[in-house]
Amino acid sequence: MSEIADQVKKIVAEHLGVEPAKVTENASFIDDLGADSLDTVELVMAFEEAFNTEIPDDAAETILTVGDAIKFLEKNAA
Amino acid sequence: MFDLSGKTALVTGATGGIGGAIAKALHAQGATVSLSGTRKEALEALAAELGERAHVLPCNLGVAEEVEKLVPDAEAAMGQVDILVNNAGITRDNIFMRLTDEAWDQVIAVNLTSAFRLSRAAVRSMMRRRAGRIISITSIVGVTGNAGQGNYAAAKAAMIGMSKSLAQEVASRGVTVNCVAPGFIATPMTDALNEKQRESILKAVPAARLGSPADIANACVYLASDEAGYVTGQTLHVNGGMAMI
Repeated sequence: MSEIADQVKKIVAEHLGVEPAKVTENASFIDDLGADSLDTVELVMAFEEAFNTEIPDDAAETILTVGDAIKFLEKNAA
Repeated sequence: MFDLSGKTALVTGATGGIGGAIAKALHAQGATVSLSGTRKEALEALAAELGERAHVLPCNLGVAEEVEKLVPDAEAAMGQVDILVNNAGITRDNIFMRLTDEAWDQVIAVNLTSAFRLSRAAVRSMMRRRAGRIISITSIVGVTGNAGQGNYAAAKAAMIGMSKSLAQEVASRGVTVNCVAPGFIATPMTDALNEKQRESILKAVPAARLGSPADIANACVYLASDEAGYVTGQTLHVNGGMAMI
């Protein structure tokens, strides 16, 4: 597993207060991990900060699962 | 009580009677303030009067690009924006049948759309910090209506609905969003009234006097303070009892 994937999962688990084991790549933030829409905005902000990158709103809207976030960041993070 | 030391505030329309009083009151409680408005000299005069902890950020709220820059500019000047006061407002009064599209659009742009854009820009980092205050200065006429002010009353009413919606979204993040609704306040705008107009207005005010800008500023200080942390989505009417809602 990539370093980015590890870090994404850690951020998600911490931010949403869920068991790290539940944070799988297929897990949906809202449906599986109990996030509300504001949580997803905050997660995006946390990713931006942690990976020192900018995630535009139209891209942020396509990040629905843990795997989506990892894929986006692997492609775009510096 | 109501200590704002170490807090930072952005006040729009700071050259106006009410905006200036709000900036002074927040500053007096210890806050660092960014003064925004269209008249640079007047802003600089106010900043000089306040002394330290005052920044001048001229901005025309009718111009989208300038609005987009204001919160980042304030964050650059003060480090962050803890308190946003959407105070700026204009009137383009006319009876409804003579209200032009232009008068409608201008009032909506400056009074409502700018407050939307500034709130959207400021709430981001407030949410991240789990703290913040957004205070919008609406008006009694946003609730009661007023002949000759269809555009202004619409913008002010919309501000209340907007604030309540945002308040619900961010309440769990420690950010409160409220409105203050002035009644008749003594400002250059009301100075223009003649004696007869003034008399008829005062008949409708149980307190039997016009309000002062400081009355509005004091309400803002309260809503900006830590003590008001459980108050959100509210409109605080400061009108001498003119309308009890």
